Amino acid sequence: MEHILSLIVFFPLIAGIFGFVINKENVKTFGISVAFVEFLLSIVLWIAYDPTNSGYQFVEYSALIPQFGVGFYLGVDGISLFLVILSTFMTLVSLVALNIKKDIKNLVITILFLEMTLVGVFLSLDMILFYIFWELSLIPMLYIIGAWGSGQRIYAAIKFFLYTFAGSALMLVGILYLGYQYYLATGTWSFAIPDWYLLVLPFNTQLWLFGAFFLAFAVKVPMFPFHTWLPYAHGQAPTVGSILLAAVMLKMGTYAFIRFSLPLFPDASVYFLYPVAIIATIMVIYAAMVAYAQKDIKQVIAYSSISHMGIIILGIFAMNAEGITGSIFLMLSHGIVSGALFMLVGVIYDRRHTKLMSEFGGLATVMPRYAAIFGVLMMAAVGLPLTVGFVGEFLSLLGFYRVSWEITVIAGSGIILGAVYMLTLYRKSFFGKVVKEENKTLKDLDKREFAALIPLVALVVILGVYPKPILTTIDMSVRKTIQTMERKALLPDTKKFLLKVNSIGGTK
Amino acid sequence: MLNPISIKIATLNLATLTPMAILAFGALAIICIDLFTKRLDKSFFVMFTLLFIFLDFTALIGLNGPSRGFFGVMLVDGMSMLAQGIILISSALFIITALSNKPFKEFKKAEYYALFLFMIVGFQFMVATDNLILIFIGLETASLALYTLIALHNRNKAFEAAIKYFTMGALAAGFFAMASLILYALTGSIELGVISKVLVSRGFAPGAFTLAGVVFMLMALGFKLSIVPTHTWTPDVYEGSSAPLAGYMSVVPKIAGLVVAIRFFDIFLSSQIQWVQDILIFLAVLTMTLANITALVQEDVKRMLAFSSIAHAGFVLTAIMVGGTQANSAIFLYWILFMFTNIGAFTMLWIARHKKNLWGSRYQHPFTKFSGMVKVAPMMATLFAIFMFTLAGMPPFSVFWGKLYLISSVINSGHVVLAVIMVINSAIAIYYYMKLIVYMFLKDPITEDGNIYIANSSTPIKTIVGITLFFTVAASIFVQPILSVVTELIKSSGY
Repeated sequence: MEHILSLIVFFPLIAGIFGFVINKENVKTFGISVAFVEFLLSIVLWIAYDPTNSGYQFVEYSALIPQFGVGFYLGVDGISLFLVILSTFMTLVSLVALNIKKDIKNLVITILFLEMTLVGVFLSLDMILFYIFWELSLIPMLYIIGAWGSGQRIYAAIKFFLYTFAGSALMLVGILYLGYQYYLATGTWSFAIPDWYLLVLPFNTQLWLFGAFFLAFAVKVPMFPFHTWLPYAHGQAPTVGSILLAAVMLKMGTYAFIRFSLPLFPDASVYFLYPVAIIATIMVIYAAMVAYAQKDIKQVIAYSSISHMGIIILGIFAMNAEGITGSIFLMLSHGIVSGALFMLVGVIYDRRHTKLMSEFGGLATVMPRYAAIFGVLMMAAVGLPLTVGFVGEFLSLLGFYRVSWEITVIAGSGIILGAVYMLTLYRKSFFGKVVKEENKTLKDLDKREFAALIPLVALVVILGVYPKPILTTIDMSVRKTIQTMERKALLPDTKKFLLKVNSIGGTK
Repeated sequence: MLNPISIKIATLNLATLTPMAILAFGALAIICIDLFTKRLDKSFFVMFTLLFIFLDFTALIGLNGPSRGFFGVMLVDGMSMLAQGIILISSALFIITALSNKPFKEFKKAEYYALFLFMIVGFQFMVATDNLILIFIGLETASLALYTLIALHNRNKAFEAAIKYFTMGALAAGFFAMASLILYALTGSIELGVISKVLVSRGFAPGAFTLAGVVFMLMALGFKLSIVPTHTWTPDVYEGSSAPLAGYMSVVPKIAGLVVAIRFFDIFLSSQIQWVQDILIFLAVLTMTLANITALVQEDVKRMLAFSSIAHAGFVLTAIMVGGTQANSAIFLYWILFMFTNIGAFTMLWIARHKKNLWGSRYQHPFTKFSGMVKVAPMMATLFAIFMFTLAGMPPFSVFWGKLYLISSVINSGHVVLAVIMVINSAIAIYYYMKLIVYMFLKDPITEDGNIYIANSSTPIKTIVGITLFFTVAASIFVQPILSVVTELIKSSGY
């Protein structure tokens, strides 16, 4: 178990390199096997993980550039553990669902490379290492959207790449500046995040650095008004690209908020609380309204992602255990649900080569099993109790209720809007009479699609009914992060605020 | 009656001259051998040249600086050894590319190799001294040899490039002479060390003349470093010369120029003269921004790479402005990493050289030529893409580490705004590097025949690509050893 984390990070890379040699016919089977082994590895990690320990576990360190404080530093805690499992799981599922024939070898290898970068982002404890994986993850996605997409795929791929790359440019300056501050304070260079947690920064510095990091994360999430690349990328991306983009890549931004922004700049985070919360509320409401206006099923789900990410941001900036734990849980549930929904859109797109709602109607009679699964996932997306979507949304909003009940109420109404557009989508496509002639002969789900979707549906229900084992593990590490914030807070206002939101019944 | 001058040979410290002497001997030897037998193959010439470069390298490692020699004119310090190392390694990588699959006239001539060796000697002299006259001699020896090397490629474009480079180079030489003249008039010395002492003791007065000296020097070095506004020759000359030579030109003359620039501007930076810093910042920002924006609209990969190399020079110029051990180490770290990647990238173009122009006649390597390359030559396309991403500073490949250390040194000196401009520039730059990748990976192929992309390939050239690729991809592992050696040497030479 010594090197399990580097194994998890680099196994897909090495397997991907082996993939170059494998026969074209067998490469998909190979990809699924690799992803399955990788998923098992992450499950082994979960089993071996000690839930009573809130610190980093399975830590690995080897110096890369000791003179400059850069090291190969991996570790896992409750915050990252489940995101790693989500990444490996969704990669596996998306490979099972894969039915692209064109250049399949390149695609499978690219997906495996992407998996490495995703897992690497969540496991890095060194800021430079994190930045490496963060940037590297753009390349496979660029290729997936650009080569296997539809319509204006090249434009969409470049827009996605440039947007996120430019967004994280300032973060690099922020990282190096923070490294220098650490050097000034201690006399040694270090980019290790646990080291940085010990560094108390002056308030003004915090503000600037918070801004530099915020831009990078906000583009990735994507937060309003930096969200314009997302619907475009989803619109052109192939199904597998959309699944991985929505299920895992967007979580990189929100994860980074919890890992970096809050504990590194506690005062600035509290200072910027309301602007961020207002942006998040706008995301929730605005994206829901835009989603309602869409004609394309995939665009509806793309905008609903933005809406859900808004609630995740609110949960994070509640800065209490409920909010942050809820937001992490919501990241997982949104990963599962949006991934599954994109897969379902892919299913219907493969049959009809259109994603427009107006082309469908009455699908429930033609494809009953498809309609049933879509129905379950839709309920989860809406956040119905006893589905996975409910737990996270409820906890996030509950957490933010302590900060401001007004914003919580407004954002909560976004959930109602969510129900509106999802139900409309469902009604238009599945109910009523079968109008179009082509729709009468549509085949229901086949075995491959079933195999990919059933685990997702099962998770939606199981985690919706009994989320506790996951929540307690997350909660341990979240509390530790909040303690770090409290310890590092400089301003009395910040301390007061953190005390207020973290004690039951408000300030005593 | 003059008094006889007696000099003990030991005081000359001739050891400092051995590296250059070895190469000069090698160059003469090549010409002599060519006199006796006419039936020599290019493989002989290349290996012979390589042998002397190797001898030169061992002689260089044998030196232990810092020491002076030859009436104090030669200066062997850590920085000059580093620069000579870079020059020799890139020369070795470059000369092997002559062993291409397709025959070229220039590689059959002994003069080509002799000139090449003389050029290296020139650059070595240029970095191994702080005497303005010797710098000038080294610069001109090297440049004249280089003009001829370009012209030997024997195409109309190559002649044009050589003449253009020659004319511009002559102008630069004039500027350099003017700068030396002014500095000599001001201080009565042509040694940078003495000039520095005199100027500092006088508080850099008279200001106008010092300014004139700095500006002339900057223009002269600017031509070699291709700093805006003296960069205009670069794309045309690169386009006209053979691809590996263009790659070589983007590395070796620049490192020689950079060393002179570091030595020269150190005089002004140590005493915190504000306007020198301002000029350097202004030129650095102008160079990287303008080059990056111009590169966006290029239609030819080689021209794009030419502008990219201008932008890289602008990047490094910021470190000269910062000064100090970290910044100067960053320059060399950056340049060592950049050397491997850039030579690799230009070698890829060299491999893809094909007589048949399937893609219009204006350019040799237009972007459209590489459309859909991944379908017909997947390995080549992947390698090329790695080199492009590396040049763009994508982590974790080599140039990223140089960029990281360089930007860090800029931030540490308090120029955060400049650092922001630098990262914004690298965000602009990624677009044009990505353009080639988009053509290679996302567009449909223009040809079924993958051989047009490897027409000029041969085992030695593949080896070169392999070596440069290894240093590009595995950079994370040996940034540390390179950095510690570089820092050690820079520290020992007092920068």
